[in-house]
Amino acid sequence: MKKTIQKPVLAVGPFHPLQEEMEYFQLTVDGEIVTDIDVRISYNHRGIEGISETLQFDQVPYLVSRVCGICSASHPLAYINAVEEIAGITAPERAQYIRVIINELERVHSHLLWVGLGGHFIGYDTVFMWAWKYREPVLDLLEEITGNRNNYGNVRVGGCREDIPDEIIPKILKELDVVEKKTEMLTKAVLDDPVLHARLKGVGILSKEDAVKYAVTGPTARGSDVAIDVRADDPYAAYGDLDWKVISQPEGDVFAKAVVRLLETLESIKMVKEAVKKLPKGPIAIEVKEIPPGEGCGHAEAPRGETFHYVRSDGGNRPVRHKIRAPSYVNVPSFRASCIGEHIADVTLTLAAVDPCYSCTERLAVVDSHHNLVHDYNTLLQMSRDKTARIRKEIGAPELKMEDF
Amino acid sequence: MGWKMWSLKKSIWVFHVNTGACNNCDIEIVNCLTPKYDIERFGIKLVGSPRHADALLVTGVVTRQAAPRLKEIYRQTSKPCVVFTIGACACDTGIFHNGYHVIGPVDKIIREEDPNAIIAYVPGCPPKPEAMISGVVKALSAI
Repeated sequence: MKKTIQKPVLAVGPFHPLQEEMEYFQLTVDGEIVTDIDVRISYNHRGIEGISETLQFDQVPYLVSRVCGICSASHPLAYINAVEEIAGITAPERAQYIRVIINELERVHSHLLWVGLGGHFIGYDTVFMWAWKYREPVLDLLEEITGNRNNYGNVRVGGCREDIPDEIIPKILKELDVVEKKTEMLTKAVLDDPVLHARLKGVGILSKEDAVKYAVTGPTARGSDVAIDVRADDPYAAYGDLDWKVISQPEGDVFAKAVVRLLETLESIKMVKEAVKKLPKGPIAIEVKEIPPGEGCGHAEAPRGETFHYVRSDGGNRPVRHKIRAPSYVNVPSFRASCIGEHIADVTLTLAAVDPCYSCTERLAVVDSHHNLVHDYNTLLQMSRDKTARIRKEIGAPELKMEDF
Repeated sequence: MGWKMWSLKKSIWVFHVNTGACNNCDIEIVNCLTPKYDIERFGIKLVGSPRHADALLVTGVVTRQAAPRLKEIYRQTSKPCVVFTIGACACDTGIFHNGYHVIGPVDKIIREEDPNAIIAYVPGCPPKPEAMISGVVKALSAI
């Protein structure tokens, strides 16, 4: 009988004091060095795609804003982009600007949140307290505009639900000036701090080749010198009219990701200011009578990366299929490239560095222990192609040929 | 009131359990610790183990995977303890009530384990930090 040597396995999760959500990482360790990493999910799976098919088109944005509490403006926007593509409508210009303002304010608070948590993970609680203190005025602004600190529910098919009254525009600009100053100070403090340099530089490096191979998105990709950003590559809402630049850093380590996020925060504040000043007059929504049959794709740049929504309509008042691909779904597998070979103490930080969001990522895993079936890459690919072919047949689309793949 | 209940009312230490939330309530809980609200001045502190905790802050609907783990955590918490259900999902599953992977609100699962559990509800999506602080104060003054 062959003797197998069991390597020690370190479990992180499902309820880990550092992580806020349920997730389970299995670290195979050799002394202090991590030699393999595995992730188990579906603790947080709520079946949002299934629930979405029981709701009407106008109710779904409120559901998808609860996919993830921190991307609660980007998910509805991606969904709305998909539905507006099916219906062939464009929201009024003022609504497009309001969407940009809400999304960028969300990015500001999300990135500051991450910087704070990153400081907390390395035991530098001063950064945590600072960043979260500077984030509060942004939440107050969002509450003033939409009525809620998070889960804004501000977009709807054909426009926006809440307008930005002219009276509060001076207040927004004043508050943003304060936030900008504080963020600049925080950025300088972080970039000049020798402690943070020593702790974060050269940790959890994700090379450019690996970033492309794992198809990572958002600040994770931009920290590895892959300057992709949906806002620039395929502008939606009013992003095409605004003057801003895509931030990227070549190093690929945790420090580079922190720098990308901090500089992006400043960039976002600039965008909000410009959008508020340029805010055109006019209606904020058009009336949408019905959604014709068809299918549409929408994407938006969430604080963590590209979020993608696919919606299919059969002409009724409900989506018959709604598919969500959140950014963490592609960012989480990149741990295999960035964590293996690192020390255990650095791995928790590297896990946090992509700002993973498990409530977005969750998929349902069914374990069939009776039949001992194992699917590999090729059978899964075949199953996926069969399913696509079946769906295309159902909706009467032309049959796909092999060269289309 | 026994001395155990009396001691529960002062400086409660809380353990945060996410049983399928969207992060929003969790972020707002962490927000309570930061300079604007700073609940540590009341002696309320987040701890890393349920064995050290006087109260559980439970957020989110209870999914199939989370239910046995929530019961396990409740068993590990030293009694008497208070269970705070934070947010609309934890109180009555909210918008996810017909999800196929959702098996019920937090109080149902906790009552299966201990019918006499002390459960306090803080509704809202997400509840503001002020609402959470007010919920804790109300629950503790009701004991």
